[in-house]
Amino acid sequence: MNSIEVRNIAKSYGDITAVRDVSLRIRSGELFGLIGPDGAGKTTLFRILTTLLLADKGDAKVCGMDVRKDWQEIRRISGYMPGRFSLYQDLSVEENLQFFATVFKTKIEDNYELIRDIYVQLEPFAKRRAGKLSGGMKQKLALCCALIHRPRVLFLDEPTTGVDPVSRKEFWDILFRIKEQGITILVSTPYMDEASRCDRIALMRDGVCLRMDTPDAICASFPHKLWSVCATDMYRLLLDIRSFEGTYSCHAFGDQHHVIFKDEAQDTAMLMAYLVSKGHREIQIKPLQPAVEDVFMNYREDEL
Amino acid sequence: MKQFLSFLKKEFYHIFRDLRTTIIMIVIPVVLVVLFGYAISTEIKSSGLVVLDHGHDLLTQRITDRLISNEYFDFYKQAADYEEIDRLFRKDKIKIAVVFPTGFAENVGNGSEVQLLVDASSPNEATSLIEYATAIINTELSEGALQTTGGITPVVRLLYNPQMKDAYNFVPGVMGMILILICSIMTSVGIVREKEYGSMEVLLVSPLKPIYIILAKAAPYLLISLVNILTILLLSYFLLEVPIRGSLMLVIMLSLLYALVALCLGLFVSTVVSTQKGAMLICAMVLMLPVILLSGMMFPIENMPWILQLISNVIPARWYIVALRDVMIKGLGVLDILPEITILFAMVVGLIVLSVKRFKIRLE
Amino acid sequence: MNVIEADKLTKRFGNFTAVDKISFEVKKGEIFGFLGANGAGKTTAMRILCGLSQPTSGQARVAGFDIYKGTEQIKRHIGYMSQKFSLYGDLKVWENIRLFGGIYGLSDKQLKEKTDEMLFTLQMEDRRDALVDSLPLGWKQKLAFSVAVVHDPQIVFLDEPTGGVDPVTRRQFWELIYQAAERGITVFVTTHYMDEAEYCDRVSIMVDGRIDALDSPKALKRKFNSSSMDEVFYSLARKAQRGE
Repeated sequence: MNSIEVRNIAKSYGDITAVRDVSLRIRSGELFGLIGPDGAGKTTLFRILTTLLLADKGDAKVCGMDVRKDWQEIRRISGYMPGRFSLYQDLSVEENLQFFATVFKTKIEDNYELIRDIYVQLEPFAKRRAGKLSGGMKQKLALCCALIHRPRVLFLDEPTTGVDPVSRKEFWDILFRIKEQGITILVSTPYMDEASRCDRIALMRDGVCLRMDTPDAICASFPHKLWSVCATDMYRLLLDIRSFEGTYSCHAFGDQHHVIFKDEAQDTAMLMAYLVSKGHREIQIKPLQPAVEDVFMNYREDEL
Repeated sequence: MKQFLSFLKKEFYHIFRDLRTTIIMIVIPVVLVVLFGYAISTEIKSSGLVVLDHGHDLLTQRITDRLISNEYFDFYKQAADYEEIDRLFRKDKIKIAVVFPTGFAENVGNGSEVQLLVDASSPNEATSLIEYATAIINTELSEGALQTTGGITPVVRLLYNPQMKDAYNFVPGVMGMILILICSIMTSVGIVREKEYGSMEVLLVSPLKPIYIILAKAAPYLLISLVNILTILLLSYFLLEVPIRGSLMLVIMLSLLYALVALCLGLFVSTVVSTQKGAMLICAMVLMLPVILLSGMMFPIENMPWILQLISNVIPARWYIVALRDVMIKGLGVLDILPEITILFAMVVGLIVLSVKRFKIRLE
Repeated sequence: MNVIEADKLTKRFGNFTAVDKISFEVKKGEIFGFLGANGAGKTTAMRILCGLSQPTSGQARVAGFDIYKGTEQIKRHIGYMSQKFSLYGDLKVWENIRLFGGIYGLSDKQLKEKTDEMLFTLQMEDRRDALVDSLPLGWKQKLAFSVAVVHDPQIVFLDEPTGGVDPVTRRQFWELIYQAAERGITVFVTTHYMDEAEYCDRVSIMVDGRIDALDSPKALKRKFNSSSMDEVFYSLARKAQRGE
C-alpha cells in the first residue's frame, strides 16, 4: 500500500519553476529520502504534501487523502518539521513540547513511548530555553514536537542541514527507531552520503526527479566503470588526470579521485604511465563501487 | 478550548520573557503624557515684551502693569523708539511689542489705537500672543470704562476649559496614539514573527483553528492596553488635573472599543505583510501618522482641505478622540456619543471579517 | 612563515569557556581545515582571529598583526566569507565585485581587470549584469569566494562555504580554493562535509573548546586507525561533554 502518492506535480513561483512534473510513490512504513542540493524543489514538494501549498498541476495523496480536498484531515495525521528551526526560542524545552501536545489535542504522556528515546537526551535541559540549545539538540526537540501526536506520516525537511556529522549520525539512528514503530517517513537531505540510510530514495535536481529506487539499485545502475586514483599531490593529480586524453571525467572524492574513462576498455596502465611521466609518486589506481554521489554527478554531466 | 488556553499561555510567556519590550509598552504612555504635559506645550509662556509708550498717562501705565504681571509675558524693557524695537526683534530678545500713541488716554473710545508688533515667524505663537495681549488690554479698558462711564462691555466665557489648558486636548489624543501603537503594532508583529521564524508553518499543519491563533494573539495586548488606559487616566487626572466629568466606566468602555479597532487593524496588517519590519513600517506610517496628523488631535479637521477631511473619516482615532472629549471634558453621556460608538463598532466587525477571510490556511 | 600563530587563546562568556587555551599555527599558502561539532567553539575562535571579538586571555597574531592591538590591520589583510551572508542579492554581479573591491581600496583600473578576470575564471561573463539573487546557490558561493579574495588577502576565512551546494559545484568550489592557495593565499575553512576535510593540508578538530587533534588528514587517519576522516571525527567528537 502506498502511503504517499505524487502524480505529475508541478509548481512555479512567477517565472521560477520549483517543481516540474514529479511523480513519487512512497510505501507505507518506508523511510524514503529526497536527495538533492538546494534549489532541487524538495521544500516545495514538502509544502505541497503537507497541504501548505497548492500545486499548479498534478495531484497528490497522503494516506489515500487528497492534499487539495482533505487538507484538514491530512494536517491531523502528519507530523512536519520544516527546514529551519521552527520552535519557540523563548520557550523552554518542556514548554515547547507541552504546547505542541495541546495544539495537537493530545498529552505528552499518551505518546511518551514514541519519543522517550529522544526525550531522555533532552530531559537534562528541560528548563532551558530552546534558543539556547545546540544545533543537534534543537533538531531532536523539533522531532519530538513533530512526533508528539503519533502521526502516521512524518515529513522532515532537511533535518540534518548544518548539523555536525556526529549529531547527524545520531539523528539517523533515531529515524530508524521511529520507522520501526510503523511510521512512514519522508526525509530530505543535501548530504549524498545519507542516501544509503534510506529504504528508497529519489534523486532530485532543478525540480526534476532524476531517479527513484533503492540506494543499492541506483548505485548498481551506474553506467560506467569507476576507478579510484590517488597519489601524493592530489590537486596536481586532479589536473593531470583531466589532461589525460582517455579521461571522460575526474572528480575529487575525499582522499581519492573518481575517474571515468571515455572507453570502458581503457587500459589503466596507460594512465599510470602518463601520471608517472608527469612526476607523480605513490600512484594507486583501483576499481571502485560507485556511490549515490557518483550517480548524481554523472546525471549532471550527461546533461551538460 | 484547552488548545486556546495553551496558546494564550504561550503568548504571555513570549511577552513577559521579552522584558524590555514589555517595559517599553508600560512606560511609553507615562513618558508621552509627561512629555505632552510639560515639555511639548503649545501654550505660550514668558514671551519677551517691550512697551513703547508715547502716551505717558495713567491708562497706559495701568495697561503696561497688567501686561507685565501676566505670566504669558516677560517684560524686557521700555523701548525708546521704533528702531530699538526693531533691533530687539532682530536679536530675538522679544516676541511682542506694544506701542501706545500720544494722547492715548484722551482719545480712547474715539479712534485711538494700540499698536501690536509681533514676531510672526511662528504663526501659531504669534496668533496666541495677539489674542492674549488684546484680551489683557481690553480687560483694562473695559474695567476702566466701567469705573468712569458705567457702560456695558461683552464678557467672554470659555466653556469646559476655562484656562484653555492643552492637556484637555492632548490626553484624548495620546490615548488615541498609544492604543494604536500597542494594539496594532504589537499584535501584527506578534503574528508576523511566527511567519518569519517558520513556526506558523507548523501551526498551520496542526488542527489548531486560525481563529484561535488570531484571538490568542490579540487578547494579551487588549489587557496591556487596559493597563495603559488606566495609567493615562490616572496621570491626567492627578498630575495634569484634567477632569473626568462624564462616567468613568463609559470612558473605559469607549477606550476598550477603540483598542479593539486597533487590534483588528493589527490583525489585518499581519495578513498583508510577511516580515516584522514590514509590519512595523506599515503600522507606523499608515496607522500612526494619520492619528497624529488627521485625527484632529493636532490640527482641527474643519480647517483641512475637503479631501483630507474625507480621509479623516476612515481614521478610527478621529471618532474616538471626539467621543472621548465629549465624555471626559464635556461630561456627556452614552446617548450623545452613539454615532461615534456605532462607527467604531462597525469598523471592528468589518476588520474582523476582512482579517479572518484574508488569514491564509496555506503559505502562498 | 606562519600566517596565524595562536597561543593559549581563551574566550569565556561568564563561567562558560567557549574557547579553552587553543594553540596552533597556520602556514602561509596552507589549506587549513577547522573542524568541530556544533558548539565546540569554532565560530567563537574564528571571530577572534578575524578581529571581531577580543579573547579573554592568550596571544595570537594574524597576518603578522596582534589581535589585541592590530584588529584594523588584520581586517585589511584578511578575506571573510560566511554561509549566511556574503553578497548583496539585490545588486548585480559586477556591482558586488566593485563594491567589495572598493571597500578594500582597489583602484578603478584594478577593479576592471579583476572583474574581467574573475568572471572569466568563473565562466560567468554572460552573467555580469545579473542580480546575484537570480544565480543558483553554488554560483553565488563561488562568486562570493572570488570576491572574498579579490584584494589578495594573506588569509581567507571560510565559514561553511559549501552547505547545501550540489556535489559538482562543491568540487568546483574546492578547485577555486586550490587555485587561491597556489597564489599564496592561506585558506582557513570550516565544513560539515568530511570528504572536504580530506582536501585540506592540515586539519584541526575542536572538542569542547579545545583542539583535540591537529595534523594532516593522512596522519590523523593513521593515528586513529581509521579509513576516513569521517571516522576520525566521529571517534573524537562523540566524546564531547557539552552542547552549545
